[in-house]
Amino acid sequence: MTIDTLNLTIKGGVDKDGVPDLLDEVTIGRGEIIGIVGPTGSGKSTLIGDIEQLARGDTSSGRTILINGIAPDESMRTDPRKKLIAQLSQNMHFLADMSVEDFLKMHAKSRGKDPGLVDRVIELANTLTGEPVNPAHELTILSGGQSRALMTADIAVISDSPIVLIDEIENAGIKKQEALNLLSGEGKIVVVVTHDPMLALMTSRRIVMKNGGMVKVLDTTDEEHRVFQDLLKIDGWLMALRETIRHGEVVRA
Amino acid sequence: MKLVVVAGTPGSGKTSVLMHAVKDLKRCGMHPALVKIDCLWTEDDKRFKRLEVPVSVGLSRDMCPDHYAIYNFDEMMDWARSQDANVLLNETAGLCLRCAPYPDGCLAICVIDVTTGPNTPLKVGPLLTTADISVMTKGDLVSQAEREVFRERILEANPKCRIVEANGLSGKGSAELAEMIRSWPDASGEMKLRHNPPLAICTLCSGELRISKEHHRGVLRHMDGFMEYSGE
Repeated sequence: MTIDTLNLTIKGGVDKDGVPDLLDEVTIGRGEIIGIVGPTGSGKSTLIGDIEQLARGDTSSGRTILINGIAPDESMRTDPRKKLIAQLSQNMHFLADMSVEDFLKMHAKSRGKDPGLVDRVIELANTLTGEPVNPAHELTILSGGQSRALMTADIAVISDSPIVLIDEIENAGIKKQEALNLLSGEGKIVVVVTHDPMLALMTSRRIVMKNGGMVKVLDTTDEEHRVFQDLLKIDGWLMALRETIRHGEVVRA
Repeated sequence: MKLVVVAGTPGSGKTSVLMHAVKDLKRCGMHPALVKIDCLWTEDDKRFKRLEVPVSVGLSRDMCPDHYAIYNFDEMMDWARSQDANVLLNETAGLCLRCAPYPDGCLAICVIDVTTGPNTPLKVGPLLTTADISVMTKGDLVSQAEREVFRERILEANPKCRIVEANGLSGKGSAELAEMIRSWPDASGEMKLRHNPPLAICTLCSGELRISKEHHRGVLRHMDGFMEYSGE
């Protein structure tokens, strides 16, 4: 299967009350960034979970995920070497009692990749976080920002999969737009759960969730694209202010 | 009669995973019966009874719980037959990790908690290395990368096992598990253990309280690894 023809279909299931999804099917094509929005508890993470495990009516939502219109092979669900999906979840910390270097080497092995990629992962992670990650560090002592930066870089380099799922990157304490650009890569399908206006408007469409169900899809309008350009300026200003404060300097009007 | 033995460290989610699997087994027309083995106390039988399946509890008390389970397999199977069950699910206490209560004809399932870190599969011993299925739980609490590293470690310890990623809260993975139970052959004939239990017994096993080395007999191992037999 080549990335050129890849598409992903979500076939509707039911919401928390067993009522069928109003949206009965969504197909996402190559190179598309699609958002999932909705209030807390509306089922955004469940939908991401359905995609991650390539649900076939066997999850609490009853949804089915198809790849290129057909139910994917069992091995694509389980074997990391054949996985089409990389996921950046909401988890902010590592629990593994290993050094950064050993962990990344082991992860490269599990994905059938070259262990030499480890240096590249750490280098990339350090472009996303203010506090550099050292390969000899124990994973468990990394800060939330360092952990997220490392998880992001790991997905871009080692998990390098044609479908990328991202759950609330805005809370990560890392440079969110750079992280999204890094993760989306050439031709990848990106599904991003977000409350962040800037990230939401970077997508081409967004699925609206309510009470566990998929309610509708909104296309990003031209007006929203213009708002995005304004947000970009505001975000740049906020980032600069943040750096000023972080470096112990005084903010000027 | 199919025999399924579910082992794993305490708190790894054996009971929760089994609860979901029982529901799925009933849904596909199987008749499961459950035996919960524990050492001193359990309330899991109350949880299982809510599923409206026959449930029995065995407390091993002074006996090693795994040895107790092994010693009582025939009795458990007879009991399950008397309840018109066609699959016996046995949940073990899972403690010292030195032996594995898996008979050769059973479906051996080792439940293992991802949050305990990727060195755990190396520590679990025969419970994991002789299992048919390894069920990874609590995967939602770690990153995808960490789950994949954990999975790799399981396969290093037991390259032949099938790995099921399950979630005791949401029921993820239980349909897959139930299907594997359903298609597993019946246990028949004389059963044998897959792995040998620990060596013999020592004086501590029979009640010696004094600590000094001079009071102990049996097959004993020193800190430097030297093993000796002391006794008649």
